[in-house]
Amino acid sequence: MKPPSRAVKAKKKPPPPRPAGKYILRLFVAGATARSHQAVLRVRELCAAELHDKSTLEVIDIYQQPALARTNQIVATPTLIIEQPKPARRFIGNLTNLTGLAVELNLSTKVQAAP
Amino acid sequence: MRKVSAKPSGPKRPLLSPLLPKCPTGIQGLDEITGGGLPRGRPTLVCGGAGCGKTLLAAEFLVRGAAQHGEPGVFMAFEETEKELKANVASLGFGLDDLVRRGKIVVDYVHIERSEFQESGEYDLEGIFVRLGHAIDSIGAKRVVLDTLEVLFASLPNEATLRSELRRLFRWLKDKGVTAVITAERGREQLTRHGLEEYVSDCVIVLDHRVNDQIATRHLRVVKYRGAMHGTNEFPFLIGDDGIGVLPITSLSLNHKASNERIATGIPRLDAMLGGKGFFRGSSILITGTPGTGKTIISCNFAQAAARRGERVLYFSFEESPDQIMRNMHSIGLRLEPLVKKGLLRFHSARPSLYGLEMHLATMFKEIAAFKPHVVIIDPITSLMDSGSDSEGKAMVTRLIDYLKAGQVTSLFTSLTQGGHALAQSEAAMSSLMDSWVLLQDFEGNGERNRVLYVLKARGMKHSNQIREFLISDRGIDVVDAYIGASGVLTGSARAAQNALEKAAVLAGQQEAAQLKREVERKRKALERQISDLRSDHEGEALELRRIAEQVGTRTLMLTTERTALGILRQADAKVVASPQSKPRPGRKDG
Repeated sequence: MKPPSRAVKAKKKPPPPRPAGKYILRLFVAGATARSHQAVLRVRELCAAELHDKSTLEVIDIYQQPALARTNQIVATPTLIIEQPKPARRFIGNLTNLTGLAVELNLSTKVQAAP
Repeated sequence: MRKVSAKPSGPKRPLLSPLLPKCPTGIQGLDEITGGGLPRGRPTLVCGGAGCGKTLLAAEFLVRGAAQHGEPGVFMAFEETEKELKANVASLGFGLDDLVRRGKIVVDYVHIERSEFQESGEYDLEGIFVRLGHAIDSIGAKRVVLDTLEVLFASLPNEATLRSELRRLFRWLKDKGVTAVITAERGREQLTRHGLEEYVSDCVIVLDHRVNDQIATRHLRVVKYRGAMHGTNEFPFLIGDDGIGVLPITSLSLNHKASNERIATGIPRLDAMLGGKGFFRGSSILITGTPGTGKTIISCNFAQAAARRGERVLYFSFEESPDQIMRNMHSIGLRLEPLVKKGLLRFHSARPSLYGLEMHLATMFKEIAAFKPHVVIIDPITSLMDSGSDSEGKAMVTRLIDYLKAGQVTSLFTSLTQGGHALAQSEAAMSSLMDSWVLLQDFEGNGERNRVLYVLKARGMKHSNQIREFLISDRGIDVVDAYIGASGVLTGSARAAQNALEKAAVLAGQQEAAQLKREVERKRKALERQISDLRSDHEGEALELRRIAEQVGTRTLMLTTERTALGILRQADAKVVASPQSKPRPGRKDG
């Protein structure tokens, strides 16, 4: 129920105000699989295109740091956590569909289509 | 969606040794049913509805494994946080906290909330694999619990992905060689709500919680155990202070030892009826009787006798409180308090309706295990059996007797029969389990009720076939011979009356005999008198005869003398002379 309501909310606000704070993103992947690769690529693209220098992206391979999977409550991989701005939000999957993410980050809808 | 599961999964099986290796759960009774435990190195599915004890069973499996079998374990909780879990199992005496601190158990709470994330493409559940793998490797875990995986179905929208990942997870667990317990909610038409049984096919245990006659009982059933024999019945189980206890209906063997030792009942005459020595030690004794026939009194006598010998007696009372029993026994001069104080006699009172049969049985087992009694008294077994169905009740008694006999504990059960029918059906069913059976009965007549007892059966000993009356006075029990005669069995005042009657009859007989004797004596004396009369008559006559004979002789002599003198005078011949005796008697010749 929540995603649609958010979408409606977003539509009602025509000029999306850029949040002033920094973006801290953490991407959890499991090994060097195609899916991990896709996710990393997509997030990097997004950061470069939309968030510019205001974002920090940390990519964590849970194979290398399994303890972090537990502390961060990772169930599915890949998982992207937007730590800042608060509240923290999570996205699971290889980010082929970025609509939700764009809405959450109050981005313009440019980053919709997957390559 | 199910197509995924229809594919042959081909999980890697470890080479089967002739006997499937088993992993003891340490759960009371469960290892007995499964013949040693869960399949080692394989996942086991535990399913059941809410409140069945799934989580608890899983937790106990883990805790006992870590504490008793040296097998560390990982608990992956999807529903409860680590804190909640620890608190929940702490109430059952599991030191989970301690085991976690010592690195024997890892609890990993997997928090996954549908509202807290969005799906944005393809994913897998590698997160779970990594966390589980990490936890297993960190402590060298041999056991794993996943409680409850089905939370994932509610959280993750892509069921196809989830199913394929679960399939992969179970295969991975097998490859890891850990013994896993996976809990799942019970489904309507299948074992689990989301069909997890398709993935876990080695061992499936179903838990159930049913309410029968307002009393709830939990049941456990091993639905499937690939490659091993297992009990297929539904077994009641309990969640007690020290975890789960599954109660197999009967122990599989019937090979308890039989003692030759005899123990006195505390009532000498009853001992006498039982071949003079009382019951066998370790035997089961049934005392049945209508209300008010003195079952409790006999039980208490038995208890006192045993305690005085220095044996421990455990008295389960389901109708009276310990205080009430002791007060009542005072009235017949039986003092039980000193024995209670000495710790030789212990009462355990509970209302039969307090909880179900299983719980009663478990409580009794626990009490017996703690007190280690020589004699156990259950007063009365009937009110306990009423709280379950007949078959349940009988099963319970069987189990109890089996348990007691295995430990050479003498058991005495009292049983209340309904008035009028001495041998109610329940007794008939129960009596086959009993070694000795003493029946108490009321005889009503002459405006009074009197108690009698007889030994209906006593296996392995010579016993009296007589009905005895027993009296309860302020000095205790006294068994007396009932009057048994032509007019039937007489008890109480009728017996006394009969005794008086007999005494009177005897007295009358004695008097008659004496009179007869006197009469005879009198007759004899009269006869003797007659005889002496006759004799004196006879003697007189004989005297007379002699006198006459002498006279005759004298006369003859005189005659002869005279004749001789005459002859001399007449000079006659001597031939003419003849004595009077030689005269011929004419009468004789005629007769």
